[in-house]
Amino acid sequence: MAVAFDEMNGLGGDLRSAYQELSRWLKETPPDALEYRRQEAELLFRRIGITFAVYGDAEAQERLIPFDVIPRILSAKEWTLLEKGLKQRVRALNMFLRDIYHGRDILRANIIPEDLIFQNPVFRPEMNGQNVPHDVYVHIAGIDIIRVDADNFIVLEDNARTPSGVSYMLENREIMMRLFPDLFARHRVAPVEKYPDELLAALRSVAPLSASAEPTVALMTPGVYNSAYYEHSFLADKLGIELVEGRDLIVKNDEVFMRTTEGLKRVDVIYRRVDDDFLDPLTFRPDSALGVPGLMSAYAAGNITLANAVGTGIADDKAIYSYMPDIVKFYLGEEPILKNVQTFRCREPKDLAYVLDNLSELVVKEVHGSGGYGMLIGPAATKATIEAFRDKLKREPEGFIAQPTLALSTCPTCTASGLAPRHVDLRPFVLTGSNHVTIVPGGLTRVALKEGSLVVNSSQGGGTKDTWILDE
Amino acid sequence: MLSRTAENLYWLARYVERAEYLARTIDATLRVTALPATYIGKTNEWDSALLTAGVGASFYEAYSEANEQNVVEYLAFSPSNPSSIKNCIEAARLNSRSVRTALTSEMWDTINSAWIELQEVWGKGTSTREELAKFLRFVQETSLRFDGSAYRTMLRNDAYWFSRLGLHLERADNTARILDVKYHVLLPEEEHVGGPLDYYQWTSILRSVSALTAYHWVYRETLKPWLIADLLILNDTLPRSLASCYSNLVRNLDQIGVAYGRQGAAQRHARGVRNRLEHSHMDDIFQHGVHEFIQEFLADNSRLGEIITKQYLI
Repeated sequence: MAVAFDEMNGLGGDLRSAYQELSRWLKETPPDALEYRRQEAELLFRRIGITFAVYGDAEAQERLIPFDVIPRILSAKEWTLLEKGLKQRVRALNMFLRDIYHGRDILRANIIPEDLIFQNPVFRPEMNGQNVPHDVYVHIAGIDIIRVDADNFIVLEDNARTPSGVSYMLENREIMMRLFPDLFARHRVAPVEKYPDELLAALRSVAPLSASAEPTVALMTPGVYNSAYYEHSFLADKLGIELVEGRDLIVKNDEVFMRTTEGLKRVDVIYRRVDDDFLDPLTFRPDSALGVPGLMSAYAAGNITLANAVGTGIADDKAIYSYMPDIVKFYLGEEPILKNVQTFRCREPKDLAYVLDNLSELVVKEVHGSGGYGMLIGPAATKATIEAFRDKLKREPEGFIAQPTLALSTCPTCTASGLAPRHVDLRPFVLTGSNHVTIVPGGLTRVALKEGSLVVNSSQGGGTKDTWILDE
Repeated sequence: MLSRTAENLYWLARYVERAEYLARTIDATLRVTALPATYIGKTNEWDSALLTAGVGASFYEAYSEANEQNVVEYLAFSPSNPSSIKNCIEAARLNSRSVRTALTSEMWDTINSAWIELQEVWGKGTSTREELAKFLRFVQETSLRFDGSAYRTMLRNDAYWFSRLGLHLERADNTARILDVKYHVLLPEEEHVGGPLDYYQWTSILRSVSALTAYHWVYRETLKPWLIADLLILNDTLPRSLASCYSNLVRNLDQIGVAYGRQGAAQRHARGVRNRLEHSHMDDIFQHGVHEFIQEFLADNSRLGEIITKQYLI
């Protein structure tokens, strides 16, 4: 594996310009002062109750995501490029979804094999021919970006269903500003606090035609036991909208209402953080107690907007991912600004053969997996694990993709033995309303806290950092 | 607001109030049982602590004897007692988490910090009297902080009113239950074969509703059982009296009614109970029978809970 690009020191150890002031500050600040503030940050997080749950971990039903106090910094120029690329990508995602559930031009042009769509469990036949307001499917996208050198940002994954993490982007900034006012005074950091306003504006802009001039927006959560519950309540609070569960909603005459102390009140837009499968027991999983019976029929009648739309999983599926550059070209006629990671489709015999020959150097991922589970990181895996994956691949090649092991960039991070480079990625949040796409300058930087680890997922020992975009 | 949010706020306040009441009950019982036997007679004070907490029957399913260790464990820490202090605080936190958006950060911080302390400091219960005293103080202070932060930081809207409804309904229930268990020591002298023993029972009752000092300020007399009953039932100036709880319930329900532009069964029922309390005299109550009066009140109070639930919370 190649040497990783360091965000602060580049490849050769020359201090990069965005980090100059931070580096100076770090030299002036005694290590124990840093440690003291790190502890203070943890205390703040615990008191605020910013926790997440790890499934299958009874010991720690609520855990804190470790927060690293050293910010990750990008220059304005880098951000401008990223922003352009992200907007382009999300526009293409929305056009792709509209097309898949309507005319299917892209299939007729033989750009994507049909069975990848129709055999795909996340494809929703219920959405065929159904119009969604303003043709927006992905109102909130979280695009995972990695950096490999000074010039290249690469998309690792598109999250077009119910991406989470934005509360950490906002809370990390709040806490950093409280703990390090001196450091902020020495930088010009672009603010992220407009995110809730922009999200609300985007949600209101896509209200159905039958809504009143002041549409009612609600955030739907699976409930307190969901791992991202804190984020749901945090966002509802910041947006000033009701945080509803399925049992708070009822469908009457194809309209959706919430039960309030003053009787039923119509809801026009639902920012739902509940997966497709659990939305409506009459349409999807009949055993779902989280959903609202009849919701899909109100949706079909055009009386409710769901954000994100139902069926967006087909756009962020790992099997579709490898076609994203073609998707961008097909709908926009533009070259993709953000590149993809080179991806081997194990369903194609030629690719499979290559993958099987090079397992110890590749990362193999389940097409439908997420959260960093069920993947093989070749260079770090034991022989036995590799052989187990080989069997799985032979048995069900269409269930997997493979990618070269990338050297994710690193960023200085507090560790037990002082500051040390740790691998990071970046998840910016892209909002799409009726006629605009916006991104607040920043995102969630996730950091793999274990030395050498490339897995940044919070469920697997990852932490977060505040992400600074420097204003010119 | 969402019915579920109102329900959570209502129960949150009930749980916190109940936790405090249990702490006071344990505290008062500890004081009485510390007295020499000649002062308190043969009654088992720990048994009556269980009764005032309304968990007498379930206790004996798990324990054979009501002594200090067992009762304190059951009332304060037992996971199998659904209304132990520990479970109350846990339920309060769970309710808070569900309605975070309706709580001020001060209220959330109070409950969340209490929950953290409960696990980190009190996870194994208490082993000495001193620790127990510290624990009981912690519970009472949590309740005071919660109440105070609600009072000082919440918007005066339906969220506040529903939370107050839970508090006063629970408080009325607690005061009435203490009276129900102890009514026999509150009978007027001529009807009661009491002696100096009862004096400590009386102070114990007053202590559990934090009204010992108040008694002296209101009546400027030595302790007299019928005056104690008067204070706890009819005196509107004592925050834990039944009359005061109902003034508050009526007021908060009226505020909800005005805000929503609609009155209902809850408002009517609460007003009915309040009016009865307003027009009662202790003489009549004694004539009618304290026990019967309290029983009727308890039934009316839990009926109000049902009506509020039906009218607003589901």
